[in-house]
Amino acid sequence: MNLYSRRLWTNRIGIALSMFAMALGLVALMWILWTLFSKGFAALSLDLFTQDTPAPGSEGGGLRNAIVGSGLILFFSMLISTPIGILAGIYLAEYGRISKFAAFTRFMTDIMLSAPSIVIGLFVYALFVATTGGFSGWAGSLALALIAIPVVVRTTENMLKLVPPSLREAAFAIGAPRWQVSLKVTLRAVKSGVVTGVLLAMARITGETAPLLFTALNNQFFSTDMGSPMGNLPVVIYQFALSPYDNWVNLAWGGALLIALVVLAVNIGVRIAFRNKDKP
Amino acid sequence: MPDPIVPNGSPAALQIRNLDFYYGDFKGLKNVNIDIAHKKVTAFIGPSGCGKSTLLRTFNRMYDLYPGQRAEGEILFHGKNLLDKKQDVNMVRAKIGMVFQKPTPFPMTIYENIAFGVRLYENMSKAAMDDRVEWALNKAALWGEVKDKLNQSGLSLSGGQQQRLCIARAVAVKPEVVLLDEPTSALDPISTAKVEELINELKSEYTIAIVTHNMQQAARISDFTAFMYLGELIEFNETGTIFMRPGKKQTEDYITGRFG
Amino acid sequence: MNTPSPAVIDPQMARIRTFRLQDMLFHRTTQVFALVVLLALVGILISLTIEAWPSLVKFGPEFLWTNIWSVPDDEYGALAAIYGTVVTSVLALLIAVPISFGIALFLTETCPVWLRRPLGTAIELLAGVPSIVYGIWGLFIFAPLFAEYIQPPLQAWLGDVPVIGGWFAGPPIGVGILTASIVLSLMVIPFIASVMRDVFETVPPVLKESAYGIGCTTWEVVRNIVLPYTRVGVIGGIMLGLGRALGETMAVTFVIGNANRIVGSLFAPGTSIASTLANEFGEADPGLHIASLFALGLILFVLSFVVLAISRWLIARSVGKEGV
Repeated sequence: MNLYSRRLWTNRIGIALSMFAMALGLVALMWILWTLFSKGFAALSLDLFTQDTPAPGSEGGGLRNAIVGSGLILFFSMLISTPIGILAGIYLAEYGRISKFAAFTRFMTDIMLSAPSIVIGLFVYALFVATTGGFSGWAGSLALALIAIPVVVRTTENMLKLVPPSLREAAFAIGAPRWQVSLKVTLRAVKSGVVTGVLLAMARITGETAPLLFTALNNQFFSTDMGSPMGNLPVVIYQFALSPYDNWVNLAWGGALLIALVVLAVNIGVRIAFRNKDKP
Repeated sequence: MPDPIVPNGSPAALQIRNLDFYYGDFKGLKNVNIDIAHKKVTAFIGPSGCGKSTLLRTFNRMYDLYPGQRAEGEILFHGKNLLDKKQDVNMVRAKIGMVFQKPTPFPMTIYENIAFGVRLYENMSKAAMDDRVEWALNKAALWGEVKDKLNQSGLSLSGGQQQRLCIARAVAVKPEVVLLDEPTSALDPISTAKVEELINELKSEYTIAIVTHNMQQAARISDFTAFMYLGELIEFNETGTIFMRPGKKQTEDYITGRFG
Repeated sequence: MNTPSPAVIDPQMARIRTFRLQDMLFHRTTQVFALVVLLALVGILISLTIEAWPSLVKFGPEFLWTNIWSVPDDEYGALAAIYGTVVTSVLALLIAVPISFGIALFLTETCPVWLRRPLGTAIELLAGVPSIVYGIWGLFIFAPLFAEYIQPPLQAWLGDVPVIGGWFAGPPIGVGILTASIVLSLMVIPFIASVMRDVFETVPPVLKESAYGIGCTTWEVVRNIVLPYTRVGVIGGIMLGLGRALGETMAVTFVIGNANRIVGSLFAPGTSIASTLANEFGEADPGLHIASLFALGLILFVLSFVVLAISRWLIARSVGKEGV
């Protein structure tokens, strides 16, 4: 009986601790989100979208230039990373079983998936900014693309692996060459999954700040010239949050909320879309 | 080992000689010798894992897709050994079509499902392609059911319709041989009956090899039946003979349901 | 049947030849794109080394263990930044691992089934929140509260204890090594918890059921079945969290205090490699300063590469395990 009740209590304490951990984790994380939403929504206004970032000491202001800049940088980084990522993913899925090189590439891709993003910023600085002589939107897009590519590669590969072998075999069985089997049958069968991967990659880089610090830099003024420094939300948040001006700090919260909303919306949207779709 | 036989002197479309097959170190087929008769239905029966599907998959070199699987011996098709490394597999597969256990419509429209394969090896006008699609769907007795929804996804069809679509797709490229790997095992009885009927009609134009775990089905639709066990071809003869007067004890035991 | 089939004629052979060529091109093209990732990785190593070269030559291996970072004197050593990086990451893991373990345990063993999915999804969503959000939350909300309500009692309670007391010395200013560790831990909890949950779910139900069948409690099943079975994967998940923590910039930079020195106290401001880079790189002068910053980047990359490689290897080994 003694032994039994000791076991029982150990169990109860263990379970209680695990519930406590869950509660603690959820409370802390909800606290962060709550702060973000209350401060962020307080900062939301029409001006946020119609005015540019204010000069030091001036009143009001918005984030128009940073929103547009972030949009452009994101757009071009996805334009670079999507085809590269999908084709590389196809390579890993098609040839990954038979080739040592592919297995090695997969391993390295996994590492790049979590490589420190600030180092990727340094790399693009050394490769691009220092050699072409300037910070630019392009450099920012390139840095973000390098972060997005591994995400696209791995989701594409994982999706392709979900295709039932019999579908691939059926395509081969009518004499189709491998490239057609791959592009016209298997890739098409997991189209929505691959789109998901691309969207998740976009969500991943939306809030990346560190790699933009030394590549896109920042620009106080509205600009759509990818060849010059470009305003963008993460760097603006970084600089404004550390500033002494109240209106800047407010804008930082507003910007952080915008980014978080985009990221959460993509993540949730993707999950809902996927739940309703039959898996391939 | 039984001698390769072509009962009734039917000409052979495929001649399999001394065929061994390996999954890595495991020997899946042991010295198989058999002829697949021209424009007849040859059925392969036997318990699960006896190698009947494996044998079928050597005819179009499907195993090529998987490292570690290899075949040794000869499969003669128009006097050429299909297993020859120099033999182009795409060419083999264009001539020897295959239908799988589960329906495998491609993720495209019904029309494209058929046209995709045809377009691979033939250049033809839109009108000619329309004709070919109609012809193939007619062959598979599916035209009436789908003629108004050719632009819908192939996945929107029912399971039985999907399987007939796959048969139409295989037939559309005008192969000489059609391989059927348990084509009705995932279908309901009515769809099964339709597919069996279809096989009966197709054999006037195509050589058909079918793997089935359903002995009644083999008895109903095939001209010749091969019984396989543990990777070996035990007995091969006219279907009537196999089912009425099996020559080997193992065949008789299997057919009468004593094992399997 | 020796007559050649009329169907096998030249146009088809031509088509076959085209296919072969296309397949070859397809193979090579996709391979080149896969190579991009590898090239980026090698390129990072090479370009960082080249850019860091002046500093590597000047300071040699001592760079790693020299505790100087002086822009006016043009003297640089990485020790303070490495110290800050390692200490914050390790402390963050000390906090995050038990909590993540509890979360994963709750989600796989004790959580009511209808709650599993929403809670699991919530954790996954939180893993996607950009780290800069954690950073500004830490700066504006957590640090002031920490300075007011937690640091003074901690000092009062532990300040006089020998050895340990020194960890909590200094003015309670909110930002510092410990604050950075806590914010960092909150950021990695969702990662580690998700990986742990995934590896816990690889345990075959039969194993757990047979343990429950002989009367084991949930806790005993976890200790004696789940943990031994998933040990390798759990460690992999922890290392993955460590890899993330080492390279994290934004969650740390806001709250670490950015002082390039080593103080024994966890309340004192410090710096990490990533936050030094974020703070100084933009305004660094060409020459030794920038080269030393690149050297820091190189150290960070190599460090996280090793940690991530080990973690991926462990996770792959654990998830790839087949059958029972």
